[in-house]
Amino acid sequence: MNLTIKKILLSDMETTIKSLRKQSLEKLYNHLASSQKIYAPIVTSDKQVEFRYNPEFRDVTFEHIRSTLSVKNVVFPKIENLFYFTNTKEESIIKDIDLNIIPEVVLWGVHPCDSAAFDILRSIFCWDIKDEFFSKRLEKITVITLSCHKSDEFCFCTSVNLSPDSVKGSDIQLSLLQNGDYQAEILTEKGNELVSQVPDLFEQPSGEKKVIAGVKNKFDNKKVTSNLSGVFEHPFWIRNSLRCIGCGACAFVCPVCACFDIQDETKGKDGRRYRCWDSCGFSLFTLHTSGHNPRQIQSQRWRQRIMHKFSYMPDRNNALGCVGCGRCSSSCPVDMNLAEQLEALQNI
Amino acid sequence: MSDFEPKVVAFVCNWCTYAGADLTGTSRIKYSSNVKIIRFPCTGRIDFMLLLKAFANGADGIIVSGCHPNDCHYTSGNFHAKRRWIIFRELMDFMGIDMKRITFSWVSAAEGAKWAEVVNNTVMRIRELGPYKSYRDMVNAKVEEEVRNE
Amino acid sequence: MNSLVNRAKMLLEEKSVNVVIGYEAGTGGTARPAFISESADAEKLIYNEHCVHNLAVYLSKQEVRKMGKIGIVAALPVMRSILMLIAEHQVDPENIVIMGISHDGSLLDIENIQVMKDYISKSDPGNPERYKDKLAELNKLSMEERFEYWQKELSKCIKCYACRQACPMCYCTRCAVEVNQPQWISVKSDTSGNMEWHILRAMHLAGRCISCGECGRACPVGIDCHLLTMHLSDQVYKYFRVYAGLSEKMSSVLSTYEPNDKENFII
Repeated sequence: MNLTIKKILLSDMETTIKSLRKQSLEKLYNHLASSQKIYAPIVTSDKQVEFRYNPEFRDVTFEHIRSTLSVKNVVFPKIENLFYFTNTKEESIIKDIDLNIIPEVVLWGVHPCDSAAFDILRSIFCWDIKDEFFSKRLEKITVITLSCHKSDEFCFCTSVNLSPDSVKGSDIQLSLLQNGDYQAEILTEKGNELVSQVPDLFEQPSGEKKVIAGVKNKFDNKKVTSNLSGVFEHPFWIRNSLRCIGCGACAFVCPVCACFDIQDETKGKDGRRYRCWDSCGFSLFTLHTSGHNPRQIQSQRWRQRIMHKFSYMPDRNNALGCVGCGRCSSSCPVDMNLAEQLEALQNI
Repeated sequence: MSDFEPKVVAFVCNWCTYAGADLTGTSRIKYSSNVKIIRFPCTGRIDFMLLLKAFANGADGIIVSGCHPNDCHYTSGNFHAKRRWIIFRELMDFMGIDMKRITFSWVSAAEGAKWAEVVNNTVMRIRELGPYKSYRDMVNAKVEEEVRNE
Repeated sequence: MNSLVNRAKMLLEEKSVNVVIGYEAGTGGTARPAFISESADAEKLIYNEHCVHNLAVYLSKQEVRKMGKIGIVAALPVMRSILMLIAEHQVDPENIVIMGISHDGSLLDIENIQVMKDYISKSDPGNPERYKDKLAELNKLSMEERFEYWQKELSKCIKCYACRQACPMCYCTRCAVEVNQPQWISVKSDTSGNMEWHILRAMHLAGRCISCGECGRACPVGIDCHLLTMHLSDQVYKYFRVYAGLSEKMSSVLSTYEPNDKENFII
């Protein structure tokens, strides 16, 4: 398994720390928004946090703990056209998508859990062959993360080898300082290039301390992974999945879940093939044409979800399939609470 | 707007309205040619999604027509259809889909003149309302990340 | 709460039921559904204002059906769902014990279906107060404004089907959207595909929705999809003078008819 390095990381010596005054943030944002697409979080009229393309700076929020949906949409869109086709009497003419027209996007205000997810997604999409759609989109993003100065009871990044100020996947990381200004940590060539466009905004570090949220460690993920290899038939699965209603919410809001369905849609002689998000929690996900379904009941599907993230992925992709963002738990209508279940698995 | 020719799709039942439309023709009654007729065994067979698909595929107006109550070839198909339409119209209205663009009628096999009237009135009304652009714009709206190969 | 816990303990110890479906404490002071099979665990059962989940949704799950006799903690919406499910032959009344709960949390004595029906008949079967305002507000908007509103709302939909899964009446093992010969409802989550899905769902629930609001609550992106099904609930009453979930013998509104159903739009 080969992970081609997409981001040219600066060595520790070269990683630069600068500071950004509160007023400079707006100037930086507007500079970026004027020349390219910027994907930033806003609070909508019904109090949801959503990422939008090029919102006004005054609408961008810095106070969110998590957005409702993750930002995987920029590299793994909820609908992605794969190719177009036209059927004539003799043949099907395929028209490929020109991936070069995918625009550059700057991600703004992404928390460290979400930025760490990109690498995990790459371990899936570029596992044995390189997924061109995903890879092209990944090349085109610049990630400006915002480290977490707030957390809540659903967060558990520290239990999955991450932290509220982890720099994994970031090109530049902004952190709130005690005096209200921001620290900017520039981590990659891309980040450097961006800074060089507006160097006056980035001043010498002020020495102020970062405001970083505390996230309690809830479980030892290594112990969970090791325990999982021996509990496939354990009654734990049935007991703890009875209330699951099999909705796709957890998989769809998760920054790391990458299951998709492929569909063809035609209108007369023309059509297109596209892929769209799917979930292993759906009852028909593993239904065979013969009518046999190896995961017929919810406990088997719930087990699959946890096994995939905490046992199969560490084993095959060398990556933990979870970043501890807590979206699954906060979106779950029946409070399945993944962290609580993992804590129980640690002690099983 | 003056050269806008409405596209109207008519979902009709075979035994009454389709036969009635035949009679209109054999009686040499002239009526608007904007209508494309789709023949069903019965109005009870007409799925409500078909109407939405007609709008999505370019129809500006729709006519749904069948046998008069108590005259259904299959006894009760049109009664089921009536109930379905009552509820469907309320849902569509609630969602802001233009019900003025859909005409529902009972046209029997003997009512050749009525069919012509229904078609002409519908086409005239749609001509005034204009093309159903807002619906088609919604259908064609692309999700931000979709990349189109122009 | 003690009477609820005691009743559950008694039912389990006497083996009148094999499992009690109720509510327990959830994360951050909320509540969540609970399945209690041991009488010692009955202590976990609670009932408070967070207990809004419609537990009847579990009665159609195959693994729950196999559990034998079931005791179910039933607030008013759950009771109505149970009656609807019995009317549609999905639940055998002999197989369930209703542990009725009034809206202030006290345990009711529901010995049989008739007692439950009588209890239900004492409440207003229309849409709950807290939704009536929003429905009225939407009805005041112009047609174009309503179309704008629903386009904006439904463009958020990600087709996760949480609304369907949370609804006790959506028990089809193969939903219309999962049939692809033909693919009747577009799978993709663009506005038009989302509209098709929600319109289909609302129509399939016409005359069957008991206005619990779970579909809207389950939605991870905050779409008020319950307003669509609730609006149709109002319309079904307006035209056909019938509400869902009031009787265990109810005929399906959209597969039956009265010859004199009134309408004013067919020419």
